[in-house]
Amino acid sequence: MSVTTEQVESRVVETLASFGPDASQITRSATFEELDIDSLDLVELAQVVEEDYGVVLKGEDMKELKTVGDAIDLIVERAG
Amino acid sequence: MPEPRNDGCALVTGASRGIGAAIARAIAQDGWAVGVNFRSDQTAAEAVVHEIESTGGRALALQGDVTDPTTPDRVFETLESTYGCPVLVLVNNAGVSVDDLTPSMSDDAWNAVIDTDLSAAFRFTRRALKPMMRARSGRIVNVSSVVGLRANPGQANYAAAKAGLIAFTRTAAIEVARRGITINAVAPGWIDTDMTADVSGELLAQVPARRAGTPEEVAACVRFLASDEAGYVTGAVLSVDGGLAA
Repeated sequence: MSVTTEQVESRVVETLASFGPDASQITRSATFEELDIDSLDLVELAQVVEEDYGVVLKGEDMKELKTVGDAIDLIVERAG
Repeated sequence: MPEPRNDGCALVTGASRGIGAAIARAIAQDGWAVGVNFRSDQTAAEAVVHEIESTGGRALALQGDVTDPTTPDRVFETLESTYGCPVLVLVNNAGVSVDDLTPSMSDDAWNAVIDTDLSAAFRFTRRALKPMMRARSGRIVNVSSVVGLRANPGQANYAAAKAGLIAFTRTAAIEVARRGITINAVAPGWIDTDMTADVSGELLAQVPARRAGTPEEVAACVRFLASDEAGYVTGAVLSVDGGLAA
């Protein structure tokens, strides 16, 4: 199954918004730190991504991610 | 029997007898459908299920050796598909003891107890937390022991596992607290079960209450920690030991 960047972006934004930040703040360049998205939130994001796209993101993958765009790019790359 | 809960179900490991069976019966009274996990005694597990059903509750016997790393997924998936909801209450109760003095304790005795009493609880908790995090709700209760708090000669392996379970409880509890999930431990003392049938009478003199506890007394504490009312209790250890650790 191939997924588009738009699909992943929309799923990531929706999931991150469920953790608290306003959806309008969640841009590709926004950092997780700015959004107050913490390590537990990223674990949950990884879980959603695994369920939806079958992409397994490990703790060390998530540690490298600084911005929303980094996460979207990694997921698209792994799902492709 | 209260209204059945359909938002989630419950799982008790090692629930075919003793404290685990009492916990399964108690939790069923709060309307949860309960997975009654057992390793070998299917007849006993089915008797627990029958007892719960005869009082209007719902339960399912689930075979699974907790030391097998594939067991959590299999057991959780069976419950999730049978009841159509996530497991929102997990009680890590399965435990064994293989007593010996440290100088003569075998690696097998050490490893068997650590694996069953500590590592299995970690694996079941890890599996439970994923759907609980998504549900923003969950209750995990780990059955530790007074021996995790107070030394008892001949049980170095059991003590290490049960003390480890308390440290695990506290740490995991604060990791997920903001997701509405609580993780607590109970620390039973001398409870009248098959597991303590050969405990010497000398121990009784050390118990301030001067009697053994019952599985139902432990189950009542677990039932409280698993309830909606206990939502602000997390990372706690509730002693149920007649004052032994006080």
